[in-house]
Amino acid sequence: MAEAASSVIEFRHASYALDSERALLRDLTLEVRRGETLVLLGRSGSGKTTTLKLINRLLEPTGGEVRVEGRATTDWDAIRLRRRIGYVIQEVGLFPHFTVARNIGLVPAVEGWPAERIEPRVRELLELVGLDPAWRGRYPRELSGGQRQRVGVARALAADPPILLLDEPFGALDPLTRAELQREFRQLQQRLAKTIVFVTHDLREALLLGARIALLEAGRLEGVYTPAEFLNSREGLAADYVAAFRAAEKTTSS
Amino acid sequence: MSVLDYFLRHPNEVLELTLEHLWLVGLSTLLAVAAGLPLGVLLTRRPAWSRAVLGGANLAQTVPSLALFGFLLTLPWLREQRADYLAILALTLYALLPIIRNTHAGISGVDPAVVEAGRGMGLTGRQLLFQVELPLAMGVILAGVRVAAVIGVGLATIAAAIGAGGLGEYIFRGVAMVNDQLILAGVLPAALLALGADFGLGLVEKRLRPAG
Repeated sequence: MAEAASSVIEFRHASYALDSERALLRDLTLEVRRGETLVLLGRSGSGKTTTLKLINRLLEPTGGEVRVEGRATTDWDAIRLRRRIGYVIQEVGLFPHFTVARNIGLVPAVEGWPAERIEPRVRELLELVGLDPAWRGRYPRELSGGQRQRVGVARALAADPPILLLDEPFGALDPLTRAELQREFRQLQQRLAKTIVFVTHDLREALLLGARIALLEAGRLEGVYTPAEFLNSREGLAADYVAAFRAAEKTTSS
Repeated sequence: MSVLDYFLRHPNEVLELTLEHLWLVGLSTLLAVAAGLPLGVLLTRRPAWSRAVLGGANLAQTVPSLALFGFLLTLPWLREQRADYLAILALTLYALLPIIRNTHAGISGVDPAVVEAGRGMGLTGRQLLFQVELPLAMGVILAGVRVAAVIGVGLATIAAAIGAGGLGEYIFRGVAMVNDQLILAGVLPAALLALGADFGLGLVEKRLRPAG
């Protein structure tokens, strides 16, 4: 069972199709190791988000299987599975009628934690994501985009799940805030040692945050690379990405 | 004789008919909420049913009210029931559509990102409904209840045609006697009831509207 111990998430020939004509993901075989950050990189429609949703069973594979902690997602109780997996999306999706504290404390609350345990946990999480605990009573609409996403991350971490899924969490932020959150997220990764799957279409972000980068294109896995391997690719789609990335760098620096 | 004189001379009768009216509208609106709210929620879970259910509720609306009251009187079993129960049944059918429609619209209108975040966090369907969807849809749902209640106050005047009482008594009597003061004796309290219902439910709406 050495394999099960090291790979927390495993795709075995997993496919997802809306119907016989429209396959969003084809025959994906990929594993995510315990404690690593795997970035799913690809353009819109490449199947990144579909891949992510197969992990917390917001979608079920139409072919093959997806295993989480050694068990197929379809064998998990969907609710139990999702409570072991933090989930952050680009639109954040904070509950607008809940305060910051209640947003963060919701999963612990439905898990039956007593209030006196939730309260310090919320405070701890607010500090962890760099928010003033005095903001606990505010509503989401009173926060800036960057602050909302910090709350989103705190909410995903609330019940201390071993796995974290992030779907372009910083995609809608202005460049400065994005860079700030990326930097802080790197520190968070090192402190928390979670298994993380991070979706992005931004190569710079992928190189910054990923231990390994899985490149997707039109529903297929092109390859899995370390950041160094990716940058040194001489052929294929990865090389195209790097070329486009370097060209953009050149234009901005000249 | 002015309508004010009439009120002063017959305070008990006016009060009694107003209370009857309130009973007809209040109970039918409550029943319509009790049936329409779950139906509206169901439609968001089973979109394939929405045409049939909304169509049915729509159909009830299209039957002219006087005719609907009359029809109930001709149905076996039903015609032996108390007239006010028949009226309440008819009024409930009329109140259903705005309540079902607004419940459906309110829940469908909740930001999909919020629902997806909730599902992804592992909320059960019930937790998602009661803690997220219904509170966020409450304003729209209550607006539907408000519409239903205000329409109900007007429609309930027709209940007098089948002997169910209410302020319609004055209106029908006034029409028969070509007496505008008598008609007004029914219309004024009904108008006040409608305004009161609108205002009262508006307060409830404000109270229940989620913060944030």
